[in-house]
Amino acid sequence: MISEKEVKHIALLARVELKGEEVIKFQKELSAILDFFETLKEVDTSKVDYDFHLLKDYFLKSVELMREDIFEPKSQEIAKKLMELAPQKEGNYIKIKAVF
Amino acid sequence: MDLNNLTINKVHNALLKKEFSTLELVNNYLEKIKKDDSKISAFLTFEEKTAIKEAKKVDDLIAKNSEKVPILAGIPLAIKDNIMVEGIKTTCGSYILKDYKSCYEATCVKKLRKLGSIILGKTNLDEFAMGASTEYSAFFPTKNPHDLKRVPGGSSGGSAAAVSANLCLASLGSDTGGSIRQPASFCGVVGLKPTYGAVSRYGLVAFASSLDQIGPITKTIEDAEIIFEAISGKDPLDSTSVDFKSQNSNFDLNFDLKDLHIGVPKEYFVKGIDKDVEEIIRKAIKKIEAAGAKIEEISLYHTKYVIPTYYLIATSEASANLARYDGIKYGLSEQKSDNLMDVYLKTRGRGFGREVKRRIMLGTYALSSGYYDAYYLKAQKMRILIKNDFEKAFKKVDVIFSPVSPTAAFKIGEKTKDPLSMYLADIFTASVNLAGLPALSVPVGYNDNNLPVGLQIIGKPFEEKKILKIGRFYE
Repeated sequence: MISEKEVKHIALLARVELKGEEVIKFQKELSAILDFFETLKEVDTSKVDYDFHLLKDYFLKSVELMREDIFEPKSQEIAKKLMELAPQKEGNYIKIKAVF
Repeated sequence: MDLNNLTINKVHNALLKKEFSTLELVNNYLEKIKKDDSKISAFLTFEEKTAIKEAKKVDDLIAKNSEKVPILAGIPLAIKDNIMVEGIKTTCGSYILKDYKSCYEATCVKKLRKLGSIILGKTNLDEFAMGASTEYSAFFPTKNPHDLKRVPGGSSGGSAAAVSANLCLASLGSDTGGSIRQPASFCGVVGLKPTYGAVSRYGLVAFASSLDQIGPITKTIEDAEIIFEAISGKDPLDSTSVDFKSQNSNFDLNFDLKDLHIGVPKEYFVKGIDKDVEEIIRKAIKKIEAAGAKIEEISLYHTKYVIPTYYLIATSEASANLARYDGIKYGLSEQKSDNLMDVYLKTRGRGFGREVKRRIMLGTYALSSGYYDAYYLKAQKMRILIKNDFEKAFKKVDVIFSPVSPTAAFKIGEKTKDPLSMYLADIFTASVNLAGLPALSVPVGYNDNNLPVGLQIIGKPFEEKKILKIGRFYE
């Protein structure tokens, strides 16, 4: 069982505000799911060779994932469309609240 | 016009022979949607005006030059609402994106529209494709056309229900752990989850990027093949997409059935599977055996560990992918906040539903300092073992047959109280995503409640054509 304090800490890391009773509910649900995940401990994986780059080759053997590192200009139109979606703007900038 | 009997090929021929116009066809579907979607709730957005405009364009093309009309011209489609169609909303079934307007188009949609396909609307889904019933949509649940008290499956429940109820001719879904195949099985239609990399994911809202694939949901296998052909291939905008045309097999069902070796995993027929589902699947397997195919029992040894492995990887990737919904760049933004951190917390606290929060928190936990090795790294190693099981099996057999889901469609509300029970619905499908393989869901029978049951046909990488041809045996 994970603690209430842990649930609040995870929620903060995940940037999700939880209301009072939500903490208790998530504590129960997450604990049950994490307990279920414990079954993986039954399997000895010490001999499985894993690193991310190896996995990439493993799943996408024939794929050239990298493109050349060159600047590809996009139209101003796309930038305009993207800016239109921003909730708060000032001129051509996205405006945010103060950090502190 | 009998919508139930239409297929892509039939529509194409009828349009060319001028038996009906594209406009008449589209109007028929729009009327059907008006009449029936209030019961089924498959759609989140309707595209009536654009659909009529596009239909007229296709009719003009046919009038001018009937030789140059692509087979998909005039075909009325529905698109899952996590795939971008430029100019209209993409909500992902989430409150956080309820007013989000797509500012670009998914590659697969672009390809279909270029061929003249007509989009009738966007379909309902579990929020951010996280779920197996479409009950986790922030807006409303979709109903199963075979029994309105039951779920259509998920997460592509709206897309499967719309095809099943003839509210569109075909649709697109996305599949991260079974989200095309399971709703196809529940709704009695065909669903294809392509090989990882076969279809560009550009414009698909990311859930778990190493597992997500877009694929067709259709009434017939022929239709699935036509759409798959149209949307697949290398796309410079998705670096994981593959040019695989050369790898397609020349398998011929008429000649090669007697040489076909079909593997049936023994681990898939143990506890947890409904008796009637098992019976229907066993009967389907017997039928192809009687026609000459060779059936072999195989072992997918790590099946027991698929669900924990899948949920660790999927939630970890989701926690990173969904970090972008921060109330700054687009979507819901809670401005009654004191500072930047407060904007993040309030926007995401209010904008995400319970299942999405649950998964983001699980993923955050699995990736957090001190737990990474025990959870995320362990799951990645398990993924290799699960994939090795398939590779070993495919040395002996050509394809693998299994149920799509351990049950037929369940009742609305039956599984939402216990999130873990919903996760277990993915047991036979999630392994396929972990291994990156293609798999087809094809209807093979009905249970005692008259609910459809699907057979899953799993193939080797990029052998979509082969599993589609084998699936035709059941049509």
